[in-house]
Amino acid sequence: MRWILAVAAVILVASAHANDVGQIKTVKGAVHVERDGKRIEAAAGMGVRQSDVLTTGADGAVGVTFLDNSMLSLGPASTLAIDHYSFDSTTHEGRFDASLKKGTLAGVSGRMVKQSPESMRVRTPASVMAVRGTEFAVRVD
Amino acid sequence: MAVVVIGALVALVIFTSQPGDMVVVLPAADGHTGAVVVERDGQRTVLDQTYAATRSGRKVPVNQAEVRQTFAPALGAIPSRPARFELYFETATDQLTEESKLELARMLVELKRRPTPDILVIGHTDTVGQGDENDVLSRMRAERVKADLVAIGIAEERIRASGRGEREPIIRTADGVDEPRNRRVEINVR
Repeated sequence: MRWILAVAAVILVASAHANDVGQIKTVKGAVHVERDGKRIEAAAGMGVRQSDVLTTGADGAVGVTFLDNSMLSLGPASTLAIDHYSFDSTTHEGRFDASLKKGTLAGVSGRMVKQSPESMRVRTPASVMAVRGTEFAVRVD
Repeated sequence: MAVVVIGALVALVIFTSQPGDMVVVLPAADGHTGAVVVERDGQRTVLDQTYAATRSGRKVPVNQAEVRQTFAPALGAIPSRPARFELYFETATDQLTEESKLELARMLVELKRRPTPDILVIGHTDTVGQGDENDVLSRMRAERVKADLVAIGIAEERIRASGRGEREPIIRTADGVDEPRNRRVEINVR
């Protein structure tokens, strides 16, 4: 069972999938991706898709670059859901909704925000942030 | 007296145990500071300066050192910034100009810093020659750059190459104009 999971993980890492909206670039410590009810160990190069939930352990950190060149990274003990991601590489129109459930997040906005300000939104349990072309950080207690 | 002290203590505990959600605008690598609009309980707060912050939805001053410490692991995990390069070609060929050979070397250094690069190579031509020939030439230029990248050890599946022919000139010209700035390949690296 274990080696099947390992092989599956390797295949996931190796193949860029059409549904990918971003790619994991940095991984430190324990990082997992929850997808379709499965919990996959994250590795650099692995694709990120809409509806994925990224989690980091007590020693974990992860950084993702998305199709519009926006970037999000998580510190330890964090949970981030990619609620919605769409981006048209020709018009640069799109919408990016993510939710930080707990922990810390740092972000850099990308091309879609240059095209339409506030198209990138980060939710926390208590608030919503609309990003207008900037770098920012969020902590949920 | 005791009631007052206990009251103060209770107030302190309530204050410090409030959910300390924090949002901070950070200095941008490109020097341009945008804004974050925080909406909480129907109230909108615009943070449009470096280190402007809200705590539990209220605008508060924050200490830069505290911000750096709180977010150090997350900031340390931000990926390398996406980068863009342009290489130029001798007329009607897939041969790089001398200057662009140097730019290619600079680009390779940048690529080596990324363990899992994601590379998009797009070829372009000027308007000399037929449109369909230029489609082929632009594709050849992109494939040539891709081959150079593969030759230095970048995994082929990390590179997508395509040609846009003469459709996206940097400099708009009439048909049949020899324009060095349009004979190019752009490389987007994530």
